[in-house]
Amino acid sequence: MKLTEDQITRYSRHILLKEVGGKGQKKLLDGKVLIIGAGGLGSPIALYLAAAGVGTIGIADADQVDLSNLQRQVIHFTADIGKAKVLSAKEKMLAINPEITVIAHEAWVTADNIAALVADYDFIIDGTDNFAAKFLINDACVLAGKPYSHGGILQFDGQTMTITPGESACYRCIFPEPPPKDAIPSCSQAGVIGVLPGVLGTLQATEAIKFLLGAGDLLSGRLLTYSALRMRFREIPVKKNPNCPICGDNPTITALRDEIDAVTVCDLGN
Amino acid sequence: MNLTVNGKPASLAQQGPLSVAQLLEALKVAQRDYVSVELNGDILDRGDFEGATVKDGDTVEFLYFMGGGAL
Repeated sequence: MKLTEDQITRYSRHILLKEVGGKGQKKLLDGKVLIIGAGGLGSPIALYLAAAGVGTIGIADADQVDLSNLQRQVIHFTADIGKAKVLSAKEKMLAINPEITVIAHEAWVTADNIAALVADYDFIIDGTDNFAAKFLINDACVLAGKPYSHGGILQFDGQTMTITPGESACYRCIFPEPPPKDAIPSCSQAGVIGVLPGVLGTLQATEAIKFLLGAGDLLSGRLLTYSALRMRFREIPVKKNPNCPICGDNPTITALRDEIDAVTVCDLGN
Repeated sequence: MNLTVNGKPASLAQQGPLSVAQLLEALKVAQRDYVSVELNGDILDRGDFEGATVKDGDTVEFLYFMGGGAL
């Protein structure tokens, strides 16, 4: 299918790039990306992927918009308070770009539903706020061989890494098990500077776009950390861990399970 | 001994080898019970923190859990 006149105009600044061009833009239009979490990280991810013309974007979250979200979750507006986050997000994404398909999954990811969810997408983005979901997303993507972007934020610091299952280190290569419940402070307990998810989420969206284009080098095998206070990025090379419980030499995790001890992080005391 | 810790030079009074567990204490590393440790590019098993030692010139990274994102 050829790009229409309107598409050529809409995506002209992409098409001008030799790494994108008309061919690359078609790859984006054919691409399917799942965003898990329609909050701080999910907001810029969803907005930029919609604007970029990623043709099918799934967004999964079971939460509703709250007044305390609006300081950083820029896809949700004051008038959206009380509305399902995925529906609020879908409205904005389609307002930016009506020609894409947005699939709202109004649900939390669980061991029961995540495999079917990720199966439909090319690339997954973790924009969740809790370790149970982060480990579940890692496990589901590693077992399904789906590349995904990990993202985490707290206070003024963030981290992100792209996992290419089988090729690069996964989340469990670094952190074999979730921390005990309440061991690590959450954003709702410890705070988060509103611009922080904008930086990290935009990096994650960049990885999804590069993956769909097949352009450049993914953030695989490298954990990128960001300190907003020091305005410093660091890159820590991370090798695949032979003792990793899911992608190591003798994996002990061969089926999906919910990490019930680590259920809450940022959903405490909201 | 001189180490590179999270990308920065760090000097320790100890000259001899130091276990990773001792290093965590000496540097007063945050989230000591949950932090992941990468020694010269390899992630260590938590069970090896007592047995693994750091020596002059080693590179150590402390990798922290960061959870937030959505709410």
